[in-house]
Amino acid sequence: MTAAVRLSADALEERLDETLDPVLSSRRTATGLAAAIAPLARESQDFILNWVAIIARTNAEMAYQFAAAAPGALARLDPATAEAWIITAMDAYDRDGLYRASALFKNVAEFASTARESAAVVAFEDVAQILQLFLCGLAGRRLSLDTAIHAYTDTETLYLPSRMALHSDRNKNFFVYKALATVMWAQGCFGTFNADLDAACSAYADPARALELLNTLETIRLEACIARALPGLAREMRELRDGETDDPRCASLTAASATVNDSIALLARVYPDMAPARHSYLPVLQPDQAAAVRKARMAKEKDEFQSALAQLLEEKYGSSSPQPQLDERFSVQAPDQPAENGNASHTLMLDGKPVAPPENVSQLMDSILQDLGEIPDDYLAAAGDGGYRQPQRDRQDPADVWKGVYHEQGAYFYNEWDCRRRHYRKNWCVLRELDVHPGNAAFVAATLAKYAPQVTQLKRTFELLRGEDKLLKKQPYGDDIDLDAVIAAYADMKSGMELSERLHIKRNKTERDLAVMLMVDMSGSTKGWINDAEREALVMLCEALEVLGDRYAIYGFSGTTRKRCEIFRIKRFDEPYSGLVKSRIAGIQPQDYTRMGVAIRHLTTLLNQVEARTKLLITLSDGKPDDYSDNYRGEYGIEDTRQALIEAHRTGIKPFCITIDREARDYLPHMYGQVNWALIDDIARLPLKVADIYRRLTT
Amino acid sequence: MTSKTAPLHAKVLKPESHLIRKKPYYEPVGGEIALFEAAYASQIPVLLKGPTGCGKTRFMEYMAWRLKRPLITVSCHDDLTASDLVGRYLITNNETVWVDGPLARAVRCGGICYLDEVVEARKDTTVVIHPLADDRRILPMEKRGELLQAPKEFVLTMSYNPGYQSVLKELKQSTRQRFVAIEFSYPEAELERKIIMTETGLDAGTADKLIRLAHMTRNLKGNGLDEGASTRLLVHAAKLMARGIAPRAACSGAVAEALSDDPEMLRAINELASSLF
Repeated sequence: MTAAVRLSADALEERLDETLDPVLSSRRTATGLAAAIAPLARESQDFILNWVAIIARTNAEMAYQFAAAAPGALARLDPATAEAWIITAMDAYDRDGLYRASALFKNVAEFASTARESAAVVAFEDVAQILQLFLCGLAGRRLSLDTAIHAYTDTETLYLPSRMALHSDRNKNFFVYKALATVMWAQGCFGTFNADLDAACSAYADPARALELLNTLETIRLEACIARALPGLAREMRELRDGETDDPRCASLTAASATVNDSIALLARVYPDMAPARHSYLPVLQPDQAAAVRKARMAKEKDEFQSALAQLLEEKYGSSSPQPQLDERFSVQAPDQPAENGNASHTLMLDGKPVAPPENVSQLMDSILQDLGEIPDDYLAAAGDGGYRQPQRDRQDPADVWKGVYHEQGAYFYNEWDCRRRHYRKNWCVLRELDVHPGNAAFVAATLAKYAPQVTQLKRTFELLRGEDKLLKKQPYGDDIDLDAVIAAYADMKSGMELSERLHIKRNKTERDLAVMLMVDMSGSTKGWINDAEREALVMLCEALEVLGDRYAIYGFSGTTRKRCEIFRIKRFDEPYSGLVKSRIAGIQPQDYTRMGVAIRHLTTLLNQVEARTKLLITLSDGKPDDYSDNYRGEYGIEDTRQALIEAHRTGIKPFCITIDREARDYLPHMYGQVNWALIDDIARLPLKVADIYRRLTT
Repeated sequence: MTSKTAPLHAKVLKPESHLIRKKPYYEPVGGEIALFEAAYASQIPVLLKGPTGCGKTRFMEYMAWRLKRPLITVSCHDDLTASDLVGRYLITNNETVWVDGPLARAVRCGGICYLDEVVEARKDTTVVIHPLADDRRILPMEKRGELLQAPKEFVLTMSYNPGYQSVLKELKQSTRQRFVAIEFSYPEAELERKIIMTETGLDAGTADKLIRLAHMTRNLKGNGLDEGASTRLLVHAAKLMARGIAPRAACSGAVAEALSDDPEMLRAINELASSLF
């Protein structure tokens, strides 16, 4: 094909006149525009005309501005960037109006230069998930990440800048993020905050400079630690330095035995003349913030640790036995040689014999060791009777919300497990079934539109699942001959018996004899986008379940106090997925608290009325069980929920929990068992993930 | 490249008469060998539990060598029926001939029958497993109208990964309570290093780094990974390294890609690997 002929200025003017008519006048014609576009190649001309038409549909004046700027822009930008430029301007128009859009169209040069730069820029949100997983692998627990102007850590959260554009190479910018995150992890892991850094710097004439220098020294020490544990990363960090070297006086800090106190001691010697380091992966020290967070955490952990010790004692000797001289019975033995990556494991001793602490206690020990370097003696005193339980708050009379159950129909009574008494409290909870007030069913349509491509894929996956072929042997008719049957029949015939007619193989779909109960957390804490994500997840799951043909019901749960537990009907087992159900899903609103035990008991009863080979109870939750009074929060609630789940399991129901609570690991395995739960930490992915988990669960 | 081409035919082995002559490399983790031997002597079947790649199959090979019995392994799949295990009639020369299935062969020769990933098999297989797994120790051969009495040398073993989340793939209580269970998990770092070094000849320093990578990925279990890197993956990575593949590339191929398809997870594991090497 020959190249298309270039359009003449006249032809262009005619086309432009047509599109830009509303903003042209006798004094403002398209002649100038056409003259500028005429010398361009035909593709560029088409590109411009095409976009002029598109933009004119939004705003003719903006299209005019574009036509004026386009010839200059196409000389600077490649087509892809030019398109990005146009889209940016149109977005600006939608957001801020014509003025901003025109400004963008006029200022091509600036856009061109930022475009070049932005190819190398790494944004925090692009790498946050990768860094999060990276740190989780490194530290063995999740550290939260957030953005701030400077990189620093308060020992719980690592703050990183929202953009990284220090280098012209994308990879290098990512390395800076990675190095920053690792250095901050090392600050926690190798004890930078174990000394009072503010006090160490306050004696100097310029405390800010002293802190900066101390930061340099600490980073030298930490880099040496990192080099021992992660040699590959250390190599990458050296490359980022561009040849900058450390002060030779700091050599002593690179020894494995160096601590933060060595850095503080060295500070006095180097303070007069050393220049603080300037390389790119140097986080800022914020000792005041770190100290505050650390103090709060240490107080909390000391409490928890002592309670845990008391519990260990109680488990070993029973609660009735007298417990004299508690404080002398526990001790901690440090390992013979410290592990080089700092994760030395200490052994907890009771009466001189090592005891194996539960997983959560050893994590607590690790965390305390990381803060203090040892477990001080006063930590080892098991909590006495007084301080054993968490202080009670919000003591209110549940009778306040008494609604006269005896006079109302439709109330159910359920027992509740009291883990302290090791007995049920009879008819302790009063539960009512309520209807969800239908919301706007347009929500369902909007969700389906939002996830249209995923819904198609979802349906396909579930269709495959439904269509899973099974070979049925010995059929009277079918697609293929059943050789085994033929041989058997042949043998029968030889021995003089009657020939069987069942000689075929038939492919058939498996019966999925499965009933699933979805129990949705409608507590107040789901307010906002968690609620949106929950509802979207339900819509997606319903789509999948409709394809699959599994029987399902959806109920929400919430309530305040034991006298007012509420179960919200969204879809019963015998109800079709109708418009009413859809509007009920849309109408799910956050309510009050999460008294899970009674909800599980009620839904177990409902689920057991259905005949199915496999019965699943899936909970969508956002946190621990909790209620307004009766100390349901904490151990009591967890134990009651666990007991309710054990009861459900006993009747042949498989419970499973999908949660978005990042701390779920601390209590869900105890409640649901090691494998019967899944954590979705990115709420935005909940709608897509829930259906996926369901698929995995039932194949 | 060598000029000589390898022969194109593999050696044919009869499982019921094949004994493992060469001692398989196995590092005991705890008392599992003694436990297995005691169960074997008492004619109790054994259930091996544990995540993939932690040495269950290798343990079986080792025990087969130690007890000097043939090992017959059946990898279970969702179309495996009872008659696949017991046997069936075939036709030769206008006559029907009975052919033993692997389970029947193992019973006849007094071998070790190892049902790998037994939860995958069809539910009707329990019909033949149950009478064989309790004190009756008989294999009903329905089509022949016979019962096969297992000799005292025969033992039934199966493996099972409790980490699967599917409700349809759970071992029934009536099945699992017939077995002595041995739990397997990933070995301690020291032992794992020894395993990697013996299997691949890798030096201690690199092996240590690999193990640290494995621990990092095991930290990620539940945070996007279903399982951490198994000892088998580490051995794979170490083998690649021993053949001169750059460590980062070996980890990427043998560990990261084997664990996940999620781009962010892959990137994170690769970053962890490149931090170590």
